[in-house]
Amino acid sequence: MSKMSAETSAWRRYLPLIGVGLIVIYCLLPFYWMVVSAFRRPNDQFDNSIIPAPFSIENIKDVFDPNNGFGRSLLNSLIVAGTTTILTLIVGLVAAYTLARLEFRFKNVMLGIIITTSMFPGISLVIPLLKLFVDIKWINTYQAMIVPSLSFALPLAIWTLTTFFRQMPRELEQAAMVDGCTPAQAFRKVILPLAAPGVFTTAIITFIAAWNEFLIAVSMIDKKEIQTANVVIQQFTGTSGRDQPFGSQMAAGVIVTVPLLIAVLIFQRRIVAGLTAGGVK
Amino acid sequence: MSEASPAETRPGKTQRVRRHDEGTGRLAAVLLSPTLIVLALVVVYPILSALRESLYTSGQRVDEEGFIVQGSEFVGLDNYTAIFSGEVGDRFWNAFYNTTFFTVTCVTLETILGVAMALVMHKAFKGRGIVRASILVPWAIPTVVSALLWKWIFQADGAANALIGAEILWSTEGWQSVLSVIIADTWKTAPFIGLLVLAGLQTIPEEIYEAAKVDGASPWQQFVRITLPLVKPALLVAVLFRMLDTLRIFDLPFVLVGPGKESVETLSILAFLEARETRYGPAAAYATILFLYVAVVAFMFVKLLGADVIGEKSGKPSKPVKGKRGRGKSVDRPTDSAAVGVGSAVS
Repeated sequence: MSKMSAETSAWRRYLPLIGVGLIVIYCLLPFYWMVVSAFRRPNDQFDNSIIPAPFSIENIKDVFDPNNGFGRSLLNSLIVAGTTTILTLIVGLVAAYTLARLEFRFKNVMLGIIITTSMFPGISLVIPLLKLFVDIKWINTYQAMIVPSLSFALPLAIWTLTTFFRQMPRELEQAAMVDGCTPAQAFRKVILPLAAPGVFTTAIITFIAAWNEFLIAVSMIDKKEIQTANVVIQQFTGTSGRDQPFGSQMAAGVIVTVPLLIAVLIFQRRIVAGLTAGGVK
Repeated sequence: MSEASPAETRPGKTQRVRRHDEGTGRLAAVLLSPTLIVLALVVVYPILSALRESLYTSGQRVDEEGFIVQGSEFVGLDNYTAIFSGEVGDRFWNAFYNTTFFTVTCVTLETILGVAMALVMHKAFKGRGIVRASILVPWAIPTVVSALLWKWIFQADGAANALIGAEILWSTEGWQSVLSVIIADTWKTAPFIGLLVLAGLQTIPEEIYEAAKVDGASPWQQFVRITLPLVKPALLVAVLFRMLDTLRIFDLPFVLVGPGKESVETLSILAFLEARETRYGPAAAYATILFLYVAVVAFMFVKLLGADVIGEKSGKPSKPVKGKRGRGKSVDRPTDSAAVGVGSAVS
C-alpha cells in the first residue's frame, strides 16, 4: 500500500516534468533542425545526421552572396518594421491612454472597433491599397509597406498599451495634478516613465509582428532592392544552381530569426505578460 | 491595498467625472482622432473600396461592336456571379472549402494541444521559464521562415521521411501537402494557445480544487466542471483569434506548398493571384467574400458562445471579471457556482 502511494507520488512528481520536456522538444526540435541544416556543408545538405558532421559556415557565406541581395533586404526589413513600430507607438500611446483613463461615452464601442479592425483579412485591405498605390506611384516604396502595416500593428499596440495603462493606479496622475501638473504634464512626467516597460514590451511585440509580415511586402514590391528579408528568402536561387537552395535558406532563416529570439529570450517574462494581457483580458 | 481601493476610488471617480464631464468627450475625440484617421485610411477605406472595386471590371476588353474598351467599367454583380459558376466557380469553392477545412482542423488540433500544454505547464513548478521561452520560439519565427523550414523537413529525402521511413512527396499536391500545412500551422500556434490558456488557468484559485477533492471529485470531473468553465473566457478569445487568423491563411500554403496548388489554395491566395494578374475586380470580389465570411464567423462566435473580446463585461457585476482590477471579484464569483457544480455532480 505504502509502496503504491510512493509510486504514484513519484509519477505525480515526474509526469509534469516529462510533459514539460515534451513541450520543449515539440517547440524547439524543428528550429534545431533549421540551425543544424544551416551549418552543414552545401554538399551534405541531405545528410540527416543530428549534428552537422563537418561543421561549415559555407551556407552563411552563400546567403550574403551579392546575387541574393540578402544584406540589403535585412536593412529593408529593419527600416519597414522599425518605422512601423515608431509610428504605431506615437499614435497608439495617445489612444491607449485615452481609452484607459478618460471617461466618455462609447468608450467600449471605440475599443471594440479598434480591436475589430485587426481581425480583417489582410488580402481585403491589400487589393484596394495595391490599386491605389499603383495610381499614386507608391509601388516599390517603403511607405507602401509601412502604411498598410499599421492596419494590424496599431490595434495590437493600442490593445496591449491600454491594458498596461489600466494596471497603473489612477492615484498617480491625481497626485501629480494635485501638485500642480496639467494632465498633459502628468502623463509625460509621471505616467510615461512608469509605463516605459509596458511601452517597451509593446514595441517588441509590434516590431516582431511587422518584421514577420509577408503578404503586404510581397504584394506592394517587385523591385529587388526594396524587398524585405521574408520576401527575398523564399525567392533565393542560391549560388550553386540547385532547384531550391535549402542550406542557404535555412541559414537565412536563422539569421532572420536569431535577433528576434534573443530579444524574446531576454524579455520573455514581459512579452508573455503583454501577449496574455492582449489575448486573455 | 486592493480591498481599500474601491471605497477610495468611488467618490473620487464620480467627482472627477462630474468635474471633467463637459470636456472629456471632446478631449477623447481629439486624442483618438489620429488613430481613427489612420484606421479609416488603412482599414475602412480599403474595405469600402474593395466593395466598390468588386462591382467593376478593369483592364482592356473588346465590346460587342469590336471596339476596345479601356479602363474600369461598372459590371454590377457580374464578378460575383462569375465566381459561382463554371470553372471559376469550381476554383472558388475549392478555395472556400480549403480555407474552411484548414480553419476547422487547425483550430481544433491547436486548441486540444494548447489546452493539454497549458495543463502540463500549470502542474509543473520547475522549468516554467524554459518552457515559456521555448513556446515563444515558434511564435517569433516568421511564418515564411517556418514554412521554408517545414518544406525542408518535408522534402522527398528530408527529415520527415527519414524519420517515418517512408517516401512521401509531401509538398507536391494532395492530402500530404494539406497535412504538411496543418502540421506546420499547429506547430507554430498550439504553444501560443497554450500560453493564453495558461494565463487563464493561473487566475483559478487552488482552493476550488481542494474543495472539489474533499467532495470526492475525480480529476476528470475537476477538469470538466472547474477548469474548463473557468478558463472558458480566455479559451474562447484565443480560439476566436486563431479562427480569424486561419481564415486568412496565406503565407504558409503559399510558401510551403506553392501558389496555384489546388489542394492548398485558400481564398487569400486566390485573391492574391487574381490581383497579381491585375484582375482587380474579381480579386476584390474574392476578398470581399472572405471579409464577409470572417465577419459572419466572428459575429456568430461572439453571439453564440459569448466570447468577451474587449472585456466589456468586466464592468457588469453579474459576470466573472477578468481584468486585473477586478481580480478579487473574479475569483469569488465563479468559485461558488463551480463548487456547486462539482458538488452536485459528485452527489
